[in-house]
Amino acid sequence: MLTKRIIPCLDIKDGRTVKGINFEQIRDAGDPIELGAFYASQGADELVFLDITATVEKRKTLSELVNKIAHKINIPFTVGGGIKTEEDVYTLLQNGADKISINTAAFNNPSIIQSFAKNFGSQCVVLAIDAKYEEDNQWYVYLNGGRVKTDTLVMDWAKHAVDLGAGEILLTSMNHDGTKQGFALDITAQLAETLPVPIIASGGGGNEQDFYDVFTKGKADAALAASIFHYKEVAIPDLKQYLHNKQIPIRL
Amino acid sequence: MSIAIIQYNAGNIQSVLYALERIGAEAIVTDNPEAIMAADRVIFPGVGEASTAMNYLKERNLDQVISALKQPVLGICLGMQLMCSYSEENSTNCLGIFNEQVKQFIPTEQSLKVPQMGWNTIHHLKSDLFKGLAEESYAYFVHGYYASIGAHTIAQTNYILDYSSALQKDNFYGVQFHPEKSAAVGERIIQNFLNIK
Repeated sequence: MLTKRIIPCLDIKDGRTVKGINFEQIRDAGDPIELGAFYASQGADELVFLDITATVEKRKTLSELVNKIAHKINIPFTVGGGIKTEEDVYTLLQNGADKISINTAAFNNPSIIQSFAKNFGSQCVVLAIDAKYEEDNQWYVYLNGGRVKTDTLVMDWAKHAVDLGAGEILLTSMNHDGTKQGFALDITAQLAETLPVPIIASGGGGNEQDFYDVFTKGKADAALAASIFHYKEVAIPDLKQYLHNKQIPIRL
Repeated sequence: MSIAIIQYNAGNIQSVLYALERIGAEAIVTDNPEAIMAADRVIFPGVGEASTAMNYLKERNLDQVISALKQPVLGICLGMQLMCSYSEENSTNCLGIFNEQVKQFIPTEQSLKVPQMGWNTIHHLKSDLFKGLAEESYAYFVHGYYASIGAHTIAQTNYILDYSSALQKDNFYGVQFHPEKSAAVGERIIQNFLNIK
């Protein structure tokens, strides 16, 4: 049976992992390659590397980093952050990335979804959406790392993006991100039950029960988290055993 | 041992090369018929669309080259599908090494998504390719088309229905999943392929 996926996310800046890391096993705590390899050995099903480097010059180091990651990591990984052109995608895939994630650039220019899907296949085009629940009881799309609000509803944008060729949706709830109070179950389930592509839930995962809930009530295909893995609050082997014991299809 | 990875317009060639490097094997990526024919092992990778890939191979006469190979050959994902006789993906006549047709997954009422993307189990393992691996080992899949179960099936997987997740005929092996992305299980399969006598 196809399993639910557990996906650690690593934020990269200038080639280094940004958030503090607590692993004694990692020789160099800031090295995303070491950390990624460690998660892979722990049973992570995929990895996401998000480059938050601001300057264009320093972004060139990203493809070199991706190349090093691809040499070391034996599970699929996605790379995101600042990807705008076919050339960007080509370079990252050529260096060994399996998928790329796009967000603001795709919203501002939806035709890139189509061109990326046509040239590289839908399976490698992950559309990331930063979503916020507003007082009018609607979920809105936010851009630029959550700093810019749009008037577009999350469901409308997600549907449109899938029609254009997005192969997966990475949905982050800004309301839940960082709270460790659980994932946004309602909007995740709405997308998962409406769209013909996998939904990766992100934001709010704080304990094992939260992951159980997002796979059952939230209908998510995959769940992504960062700091709870980095800070060892949740260990991937324990989490996967817990989910397995509760009858969630999971790779042990 | 010399290993040739067939270079064509497919997506996961680098990943296959890196996976070989991780287990200490060197390979060349080439579309040169002589180099392919001279290699001890040939890997035929593939992520992409069937008709485009077949046209590319035909233009370079690689369809004839691949079908005539005598050394162990491993087709991966689209590579395996292209080794079958026919694919429903844009009604494509393929290499015909495996007498199987490649069909499109049709989603069911349980709303299973197509393509299948993620980790699934392989079972009914019937080949040295899977030496040392337990039934129900996990492998990583990304595909919207499948080969049905037939005489050449050496592994099965269930998604919507039971289908062939690996095929073998004589020196030709094909896997629907991505051993280059399937963690320790995938590394074992690649090693087993290199070890085939």
